[in-house]
Amino acid sequence: MLDIIQTYGLYYLIGQYPNGPLGGLLMTLILAASALVLAFPVGVLLALCRISPFAILRVPVTGIVYVLRGTPLLMVIFWAYFLLPTLTGQRTDQFGTMLAALVIFDGVYLAEIIRAGILGLPRGQMESSRSLGFSYLSSMLLVILPQAFRNMLPSLVNQFVSTIKETSLGYIISLSEVSFVASQISAQLPTKPLQIYALLGLTYFVMCFSLSRFAYWLEKHLAVRSAKV
Amino acid sequence: MNTFDLSIVLSGQYHEWLVSGFLLSIQLALITLVIALPLAIILAVLRLAPYAPLRGISITYVEAIRNVPLLAHMLFWYFGAPELLPPPIKSWIYQHNIEAVSAVIALVLYTAAYMAEDIRSGLRAIPKEQMEAGRTLGFGFISTMRLVILPQSLRVTVPPLISQTLNLWKNTSIAMVIGVGEMMYQAQQVESATFRGFESFAVTTAGYISVSIVITLLSSWYQQRYPVRSA
Repeated sequence: MLDIIQTYGLYYLIGQYPNGPLGGLLMTLILAASALVLAFPVGVLLALCRISPFAILRVPVTGIVYVLRGTPLLMVIFWAYFLLPTLTGQRTDQFGTMLAALVIFDGVYLAEIIRAGILGLPRGQMESSRSLGFSYLSSMLLVILPQAFRNMLPSLVNQFVSTIKETSLGYIISLSEVSFVASQISAQLPTKPLQIYALLGLTYFVMCFSLSRFAYWLEKHLAVRSAKV
Repeated sequence: MNTFDLSIVLSGQYHEWLVSGFLLSIQLALITLVIALPLAIILAVLRLAPYAPLRGISITYVEAIRNVPLLAHMLFWYFGAPELLPPPIKSWIYQHNIEAVSAVIALVLYTAAYMAEDIRSGLRAIPKEQMEAGRTLGFGFISTMRLVILPQSLRVTVPPLISQTLNLWKNTSIAMVIGVGEMMYQAQQVESATFRGFESFAVTTAGYISVSIVITLLSSWYQQRYPVRSA
């Protein structure tokens, strides 16, 4: 296994960069991070619609959330692959396709996390903020969301773990993230699939396990702090 | 661009492709469920066993499986694992349906890890006096689990297990990467044969969502019919 790492290690980590496009593990991390960051505002918007008192916002968004949660991510990726070029009128690269699919898909899951975070706060927070003269939107932005964000942090880290795992589906549209790079290496070394795919599994494990431990630590740490307040 | 025309995928050869994919997806999900559920129960009970090494096995399994994407599991069991087998068995396997077998192995291991966690939290919801009372009456650990704890935890455990089944249903789509002819694979085949991506994906999406809705309804029916009783 060591000789594989020695020969292909750099390719595995960063793809053909700087002589070619960026790829590998770095691509996986960049994709997952940007998907989560872009999905967060989408999630906030969807969550606000889902708890909105206006049925015209609540009903369609609830419908969208249910439909997307009943669909495999792969299906969303395929739709993005076909719809994006039609809607924008130009070819979309694999990164853009995958990013769009992940933002929509994660946005829906984040919406549920954010909704739970908002509903988990005492009603008095919103009521007192409104009685101090803040509008609904400013109370949301200045009072509710910052507090909810703290309670949501562990779930957000867990969602990041899910997102990292989801980026592996980029393999199907030949996006050069770490799973695809592993399969490329395997094609060049046809006798060693076992070692290469075991290494791939190990890579994901190290990333995701340490992040989920971090989420667990965060959960305990934050619980202690909020108990004191 | 062609107009949206569903008739091409609602009858004839391409319709048959999609239907065969749909049926294979359902088969994959059902076979996986039947094997994964007992495995998950064993893992959950091991996790609560009175011996540390047994607990260690269960924890290691669950963490190792859950932190690796299903796609990597599939690639490993399809491309990697057969290398370990002796050549005669390997060639025998390659003559048979190795794609579906690899997919089921990956799905079973992956689903069992998630289900084990759901079952475990259900078991923990039962007050520990129940276990103590069972042991005091002379039942062993296994008998107490089987006769006292597991039946009581069903009401708590079944709803998350149903939503895990929903995840399993969606996860069967990943089997397309190793060439299993399930619904997603067939959708892509139809698309490349007819260039009717929208029609083919619309029908496939409807297929996935309709089964998802049935599973969701089943879950809410169960929670209404068998609500959690407070001890």
